[in-house]
Amino acid sequence: MTGDPILEIKNLNVDYGLGDQAVHAVRDVNLTLHRGEVLGLAGESGSGKSTLAYGLTRLLAPPGVISGGEVIYHSPDHGTYDVLGLDDKGLRDFRWAETAIVFQGAMNSLNPVHKISTQLTDVLEAHEPKMSAHARNARAREMLKLVGIAADRMDAYPHQLSGGMRQRVMIGMALILQPQVVIMDEPTTALDVVMQRQILGQLIELRERLGFSVIFITHDLSLLVEFSDRIAIMYGGRIVEEAPAGALYKDSLHPYSAGLLGSFPALRGPRRELTGIPGSPPDLKGMPTGCSFHPRCPKVFDPCADNIPVLGPPSTPDGSTRTVACWLHPVVTA
Amino acid sequence: MKYLIQRILFYVFTAWAAITLNFFIPRMIPGDPVKALLSRFQGQMSSDAIESLYILFGLDKDKSLWQQYLDYWVQLFHGDLGLSFTAFPSPVSEVISDALPWTLGLVGVTTIISFFLGTGLGVLAGWRRGSWVDGLLPATTFLSSVPYFWLGLLAIFLLAGPDSFFPSSGGYEPGLVPAWDQYFIPSALQHSLLPALTILISSVSGWILSMRNMMVTVSAEDYITVAHAKGLSDRRVALSYAARNALLPNVSGFALSLGFIVGGTLLVEIVFSYPGLGFLLFRAVTAKDYPLMQGIFLVITISVLVANLIADIAYLLLDPRTRKEG
Repeated sequence: MTGDPILEIKNLNVDYGLGDQAVHAVRDVNLTLHRGEVLGLAGESGSGKSTLAYGLTRLLAPPGVISGGEVIYHSPDHGTYDVLGLDDKGLRDFRWAETAIVFQGAMNSLNPVHKISTQLTDVLEAHEPKMSAHARNARAREMLKLVGIAADRMDAYPHQLSGGMRQRVMIGMALILQPQVVIMDEPTTALDVVMQRQILGQLIELRERLGFSVIFITHDLSLLVEFSDRIAIMYGGRIVEEAPAGALYKDSLHPYSAGLLGSFPALRGPRRELTGIPGSPPDLKGMPTGCSFHPRCPKVFDPCADNIPVLGPPSTPDGSTRTVACWLHPVVTA
Repeated sequence: MKYLIQRILFYVFTAWAAITLNFFIPRMIPGDPVKALLSRFQGQMSSDAIESLYILFGLDKDKSLWQQYLDYWVQLFHGDLGLSFTAFPSPVSEVISDALPWTLGLVGVTTIISFFLGTGLGVLAGWRRGSWVDGLLPATTFLSSVPYFWLGLLAIFLLAGPDSFFPSSGGYEPGLVPAWDQYFIPSALQHSLLPALTILISSVSGWILSMRNMMVTVSAEDYITVAHAKGLSDRRVALSYAARNALLPNVSGFALSLGFIVGGTLLVEIVFSYPGLGFLLFRAVTAKDYPLMQGIFLVITISVLVANLIADIAYLLLDPRTRKEG
């Protein structure tokens, strides 16, 4: 199922603001996305998941700045390059053609004054200037069909579509240039549960057909367990655990992952008590010393408050396929 | 379409109400125009002449108010606004149509230039926050807080004079006859420069400021981020996505200001003794020239209504959300 790496995030740091006042929203994140894989990224609000997505596509609005790291993209056609080192022209060409994004706000992602068709075709106009107007229209029509929207909706304005339809238009738009990577930033949060499943099912089906990789950002861990291949859990701007979806669900190693899993009802299986996590997400301006989760952790012990645990493979039997940053599971250094 | 018809009907109703008020208000003011005229001629008028004047002004005492009202409408549809006292015996319609082109030419052109210039600069300032255009804002805001007639006085004081290129008053060189020829047009342009600059300087910053702020607001919208993420050129995102949406409130403001072209810059015309409608209104008021005042008010009312209608149509064209489905 998974192949070579397509996107490698190395030591990515994202700050809001500069100098001493800066808030470190993403710290030393290392993450690899493989070809054809669905990588889930989960965490509470403010854990840095969206900032990570904006950072790796360089869409951060000021005062957000990337203060360090690399985003290595392995293009099938153009070799390997660092996205953070691209010039403006290179970045414009990279965007959407290689990495497309479906954003949180389904309701506001479309420009209210232009028709759906205009917004679908202007991507083609920017990236494939040689394409004829007729071919562009045909392509846009095809994309709408792909996401299950009737072609006569081409001339509709965004306000004439429901939230679910708008998000499907966005997904169609994201796939129009056949990108290698699609980042989904809580794409279904604003939609009702029925629509959520419908859209996600469609997405998985499209992925199997078109073979792109997905970074799926959400706080709904149970959804991720079902849809993704691997899951990375973020807390306080760091990745605290990364594991294959099944392994994470069956036995999560980090107490935070366990807490997240315990706070959502499972989609299948027996009913169980929901527990939740005591306390509230950390203030990024005054992070606790040591492991940033230790003030809320039920299993806190001596080293937690003083030393930051390193993300690395644990000593469990499946240790080679997963990483965790927790003093309960010290990294095997061998 | 149905919406547009509704709007037009609404404006027709408003126009009727305004014209009706325009008929009644002068009749409620103590004294009447004939008495005012009499005092101008210092009583040297026969009673027959007085009687015919009353009839002429539509104030025939034998007629009921209702009949007068109907006559007023009939006259209106013939383009007859009565006779002016100050320019007696010229009809009001003629006096107004002499002054109207001056105002439309001066204030109309400057309003349009001001809107496009201000909106353009506002787009730049809002899109490139912190650039030199943005740095201009405090200066332009200061200028807009200065009353424009005072700015005009200052301009006359500093720039106009016996040897200056800028004439201090009037619409053209006194010796010339208004015509489309090589003597008159340059003279008219030269005379319009100072008042035009005065209006432009004082009004442009309003457009810059509102457009800039709308640009900043719109720039935070999700669809702008999406447009960036789509890899569209910066220009295309700025114009087709940000400015296109930010423009909407400015357009309605523009249409309204078009309505106030006719009566809005009274003071500039007074300061520069410019032969436009504002100056005419000023003279009409000081001379208690009721028919002329009535006529000018009518023109102002109609132009405001027409401008509002234009605003509605522009909005329909620019914002698909205002269009009804079907």
